[in-house]
Amino acid sequence: MTETAELSFVRRYVFSTDHKVIGKQFLFTAMGFFTLGGILALLMRTQLAWPWQEIPVIGKLLFGSGGNILPPETYPALVTMHGTIMIFFFIIPILSGALGNFLIPLMIGAKDMAFPRLNLFSYWVMVPAFIVMLASFFVATGPAAAGWTSYVPLSILKDAIPGSEMGQTLWVLSMMLVGTSSILGAINYITTIVMLRAPGMDMFRLPMTIWALFVTAILATFATPVLTAALILMFLDRTIGTLFFAAGEGQVILWQHLFWFYSHPAVYIMILPAMGVASDIISTFSRKPLFGYKPMVYSIMAIAALGFTVWGHHMFVSGMNPLLGLTFMTSTMLIALPSAIKTFNWLGTLWGGNLQLRAPMLNALAFVSTFVIGGLSGIFSAATPVDIFLHDTYWIVGHIHYVLFGGSLFGVFAGVQYWFPKMFGRMMSDGWGRIHFILTFVTFNLIFLPMFVLGGYGMPRRIADPYVYEMFTNLQGLNQFMTYALYVLALSQFILAGNFFYSLFRGKVAGKNPWKANTLEWTLDSPPPHENFEHIPTVYRGPYEYSSPLVSADWLAQDQYLDGTKPPEVMPAPAVSPAAGD
Amino acid sequence: MTTADHAASNPLPGVSTTKFAFWLFLASEVLFFAGLISAYVLMRIVSPSWPDVSELLNIPLVAANTSILLVSSVTMVYALASIEAGDQSKLRRFLIATAVLGTIFVSIQAVEWVQLIGEGVSVSNNVFGSTFYVLTGFHGLHVLIGILFLFLTVYRAFRGRYTRTEHGGVELMGLYWHFVDIVWIFLFTIIYLV
Ligand SMILES: [Cu+2]
Repeated sequence: MTETAELSFVRRYVFSTDHKVIGKQFLFTAMGFFTLGGILALLMRTQLAWPWQEIPVIGKLLFGSGGNILPPETYPALVTMHGTIMIFFFIIPILSGALGNFLIPLMIGAKDMAFPRLNLFSYWVMVPAFIVMLASFFVATGPAAAGWTSYVPLSILKDAIPGSEMGQTLWVLSMMLVGTSSILGAINYITTIVMLRAPGMDMFRLPMTIWALFVTAILATFATPVLTAALILMFLDRTIGTLFFAAGEGQVILWQHLFWFYSHPAVYIMILPAMGVASDIISTFSRKPLFGYKPMVYSIMAIAALGFTVWGHHMFVSGMNPLLGLTFMTSTMLIALPSAIKTFNWLGTLWGGNLQLRAPMLNALAFVSTFVIGGLSGIFSAATPVDIFLHDTYWIVGHIHYVLFGGSLFGVFAGVQYWFPKMFGRMMSDGWGRIHFILTFVTFNLIFLPMFVLGGYGMPRRIADPYVYEMFTNLQGLNQFMTYALYVLALSQFILAGNFFYSLFRGKVAGKNPWKANTLEWTLDSPPPHENFEHIPTVYRGPYEYSSPLVSADWLAQDQYLDGTKPPEVMPAPAVSPAAGD
Repeated sequence: MTTADHAASNPLPGVSTTKFAFWLFLASEVLFFAGLISAYVLMRIVSPSWPDVSELLNIPLVAANTSILLVSSVTMVYALASIEAGDQSKLRRFLIATAVLGTIFVSIQAVEWVQLIGEGVSVSNNVFGSTFYVLTGFHGLHVLIGILFLFLTVYRAFRGRYTRTEHGGVELMGLYWHFVDIVWIFLFTIIYLV
């Protein structure tokens, strides 16, 4: 504590080892990339609504030399960079990077992460990744354009498309750095959660957010290295001429196997933390214990374990052995079971609860309902015969956005607004939060629900002008409608941004525990001091003791001592090894 | 300094925070090599023209080299045992022996590469070349990194940084070195013997 005052500005806010500061660094960078990814989406949808028309304002800025019109070779680059940025530079960093960093030590009762300097490094290794990916927008041949999946041989043959020149190499380099950051962060999270829990904080007293982040970190530790290996092979193919994925002798399908071995678990890396966040928020604002805590934990584990066995469901039309396809289909459908357990437990938590429809709660409820649509649509695409028709149509685009926007992003909206008071010491406006929510929720469904219809018509994804095919010309009206809805959705985000930044400076002072929640972070000042806890708390119970008959208040903090509560067994002090260089 | 210093309790007695995290790191390394090895296996199974490795590769030389690496694992075990017994000079000698054996291993591997390149086996003329250089190359890189850290450990040993009770650094060095050794046994088997 004493050394804090002496730390320079740079050590405190730039190269800080404080997990709370690193969490906020991830938060603000991710918000920047959310804006960029959104602009790319606006350009794409404008093109789909009115192909090859002059784009007002932005068009002059970006494509002034081409008559303010989107050049044909730019559209696939938009698709690629929108996906890459939203997944790897927004959703994963804001869930695992921002919420994970900020919450893990606070919620388990620790002073910081197990390895604060490694934590600092896992943010700062992202910075060159940001720079390299952004730089790829400015190379002459443009950024990568082979899709966020970067399928070979498109991504290997340099003369296939302009994006497969320098842009693709920069994409590969940036993704390797992102992977390194993920692995280092994940190892730190797992170690912290296993080793640094406060006395009495048994694994089965952890809040669901922590359980979700824990399982997510395990997924990241085991899946990301395989992507790193694949990226290295792609890099070598592109630079020194190895033949791993080359047409001819190389194995085109090998890339898909390695890529999806990572990227299917990555879907859970993107959704599990949001599930944890939603569980905590729904319990708090229902003033009821989470229904079926242990089944919720086991379901997360089951989803993660099954998640390693299903990657081939992305490859039904790749020419893979159909028998293999059958096993992938079966394992994929099994995931519906633990997912359904989670959904029913959320409903069970709400049932008979004393619901408080604050902005975080509304977003958490949106998470549950859109996740159901996303999950159910996934079962359709998991069935091989159905998928052969739906593959690469807008059905898939609708599905992924119901899971990643409807699921993860509403989870992010919920989580950021719920923990904003703890992060910054002030409240966000609940009224503006609700207006943002209702506008976003309605326009979200207006954009993405029609995608299932487009997919049913067979409209292919990643095509700049579907109307060159006569069979799709009747879909232009629907596409224009969706684009208008996107414009409203995009404008609505200014409400969120305005609410966020205004509240940062002028919001109502929050106090320690504005939501009357039970978990340990709410026992601290807002924002918590350096090293969080002056004295490590003792935990007496689980995180969801709302409306407990033991006390008159409708909440009972995890560290509140009641007469007759059994104190936890005190375990021996840790052996600290001298090699602990970090 | 780890935050473990402030932690109230250790759920895994006898396992330091650093050692626990190092095991996780090694697990991620296993998956990294699993990615490379599965690429190798797939490419070899489907390749119509895999060269006869017993003719192309100098198996006796590499077998001898493999035993050098195995011996280096043994010396590493003795290094750890020495410091556990509090014997500083034996610790230094066994660490140096391990580093020297490791250096011999990569040197012989370099010789093998030079020979093969001389015979016209390159990364880009067939998939055998691509997989061979990439797999052995990434393993060699891991050995090189290991040697660097071995020399760092030797330096620290000379500075008296390790004691009978406090020698986590030697322990982690040993874990890493054995890991690299095990990976090589796999690679040697699937590339040279099968
Ligand atoms: Cu999948």
